[in-house]
Amino acid sequence: MSLLETVALNDEGFMTNPDEWTKELAMEIARGEGIAELTEDHWKIIEFCRANAESSGAAPTLRQITKGTGISTKELFALYPKGPAKKVAKISGLGKPEGCV
Amino acid sequence: MSDENRHIAFICSKGDLDMAYPALVMGWAALGNGIDVTIFFTFWGMDIINKKRQKRLELSPIGKTSMKMSMMGLPTGNLGIPNIMSVIPGMTAFTSWFMKKKIEEVHAPPVDEYLQMLVDAGANLYACKMSVDMFGHTMDTYVDGVKDIVTAGDFMDMTDGAQIIFI
Repeated sequence: MSLLETVALNDEGFMTNPDEWTKELAMEIARGEGIAELTEDHWKIIEFCRANAESSGAAPTLRQITKGTGISTKELFALYPKGPAKKVAKISGLGKPEGCV
Repeated sequence: MSDENRHIAFICSKGDLDMAYPALVMGWAALGNGIDVTIFFTFWGMDIINKKRQKRLELSPIGKTSMKMSMMGLPTGNLGIPNIMSVIPGMTAFTSWFMKKKIEEVHAPPVDEYLQMLVDAGANLYACKMSVDMFGHTMDTYVDGVKDIVTAGDFMDMTDGAQIIFI
């Protein structure tokens, strides 16, 4: 059974309750997004996003991620190819990032 | 979703500070959403990729009817900056400084840094051949990240099927 079936999702497939998130769930969502394996750098970004959301209440923007983790834009787009904004938020169990930069 | 990836192309024709941002903001959003981005710089828009001009883009107070003194915190309602004041030396520097401050307040990076972010995220930048010839530029005039100097016809070929936004 898919872990995703056990949690609440909105119409776009974002989790609505970040407390339901687990690492196993992140790995499953990542596979669905075409990322076969989550490396240390992937986790660094996910952990930053979760910590940021916990303090600010919203998923961080891509620039906040690169500034906050020290991971470059190039690396971020290589780790989460084809649309990191939504992918990172989805895998981290958060809503769509708010903010344009 | 179709197999073809969505593709947005921007034509940047203006070199004013405020007119550099639309393509940067929308282009960055597009890349973040997995959309291919091409930007064609033409005429004054080439200042955005010009090494010597990129960090010095300005905003003139002349003809900016939406820029009201009330934006600067003055209790002047709908009063604009009087055109006569535009002749005062330093007015363009002042309005440029003011706009940069406003941009910083929303945590948007300066033009050079923003454009580099787009390049790092995979945006394709091109300079317009006719403008290059007109201004006597070469590839050395431009920042790294500009891929080539291309004709209007080349641009049409490379944006087949793309959504095109003229700024």
